[in-house]
Amino acid sequence: MNLKFSNKKISGILSIVPRHCVKFMDELDNYGFTKEKMLNLKKVMGFDERRIVEGNDCTSDLCLYGLEYLYKKGLLNKNDIGAIILVTQSPDHFIPPSSSIIHGKFGLAHDVLTFDINQGCTGYLYGLLQAFMLLQHLNNKKVILMNGDTLSRSTCPNDRNSYPLVGDAAAVTIVENSKQDDEVYVNIKTDGSRSDWLIIPAGGFRMPSTEETRKVKSLPDGNKRSAEHFHMNGPGTFTFTQTEVPMAIKEFFESVPTSIEEIDYFMFHQPNRFMLEKLAQKLGIPKEKMPSNIVEIFGNSSSATIPLAICHNINDLLQKKELKICMSGFGVGLSWGTMIIELGPLKFCDIIEK
Amino acid sequence: MNILLSICPECDFVESKDFIREGLLDSFDIITLVTRIEEEFNISIDGRDVRSEYFINLKTLEEFIRRYLIQHES
Repeated sequence: MNLKFSNKKISGILSIVPRHCVKFMDELDNYGFTKEKMLNLKKVMGFDERRIVEGNDCTSDLCLYGLEYLYKKGLLNKNDIGAIILVTQSPDHFIPPSSSIIHGKFGLAHDVLTFDINQGCTGYLYGLLQAFMLLQHLNNKKVILMNGDTLSRSTCPNDRNSYPLVGDAAAVTIVENSKQDDEVYVNIKTDGSRSDWLIIPAGGFRMPSTEETRKVKSLPDGNKRSAEHFHMNGPGTFTFTQTEVPMAIKEFFESVPTSIEEIDYFMFHQPNRFMLEKLAQKLGIPKEKMPSNIVEIFGNSSSATIPLAICHNINDLLQKKELKICMSGFGVGLSWGTMIIELGPLKFCDIIEK
Repeated sequence: MNILLSICPECDFVESKDFIREGLLDSFDIITLVTRIEEEFNISIDGRDVRSEYFINLKTLEEFIRRYLIQHES
């Protein structure tokens, strides 16, 4: 579905990453790979370093840390907030919503709306979409969009398909109404028939947690995980990103008054370097306009990868000037989406460590 | 063959009828193989063609590379 919004803007983005850093080459014993294979994968897939939380740190803790940071710096006024949205697949609890927990800990007014959205790779676009719709009714109040996940805690350390790339992070984005009539274009698609391609099968109500579902099992392909660990259909997902995703992006550009050549930067979800480089080739986008470096530094943190890619790669530019940005997310759901937005100058665009 | 042996030096690619089913190559190895083929033959492989069915044995692999070389020349 194609949507268009006017008079909306992002005024600041802050990414929060755990201080704890793990290195792929230190995990030789996890995966049963030879050292040569580890080095190949480091080069081809971009497996190098990533940030993961320690102990029981949750997504809400990362988000709250970001909110407190902005508040102390005078970059966020609690009285300006009309709504908070948290996009996460790693909530604190099933009940209550994690956005309520953040609302309480940050000390927000009772009139502030709170939303949890369970989404992953396309989650930044979903969150922005929700924010834009809310802003139609919030006048001069702002929406605080938070994206984050701590999927390292739900991924088996011996899962060679997933653990080498999974990272934890959060992002806080301030979204508000604007007098400028720049338009935001967005398209999001879903195919729920393949919803089991990226899944944590057990631990919810469809397959409740048992001693059996918690057992880590060896699989025919040599991999290991339990039913309560994240599972990805790697080959299927890869083919999806090389067929349906570029097709949808091309169709999207045919429907908007902006060409691919007019885009300053393509800030895409960061699954791994190889997948992104192939996607860039498919779309005819020069590598320097489409960074693919987040997995090798921070890991794949699901819906936080787009804001993290922005904060890491173009933060200096965005604090000085306006850029025409194309964002794209693809994955969990399956869902895939594209957005074109004018971004900058931003009041802040940084990465902090917790 | 040198490319295959650089990925799995101890594997018998000549005798194998199915590199994937026989455990000689996994999906990561296919990605490494694609990258090495691109470098060796100076070609760019479409992401849609990074599928295990093209890398099952020496015959399918040779046909795959030949197809790309012909496209590259034309």
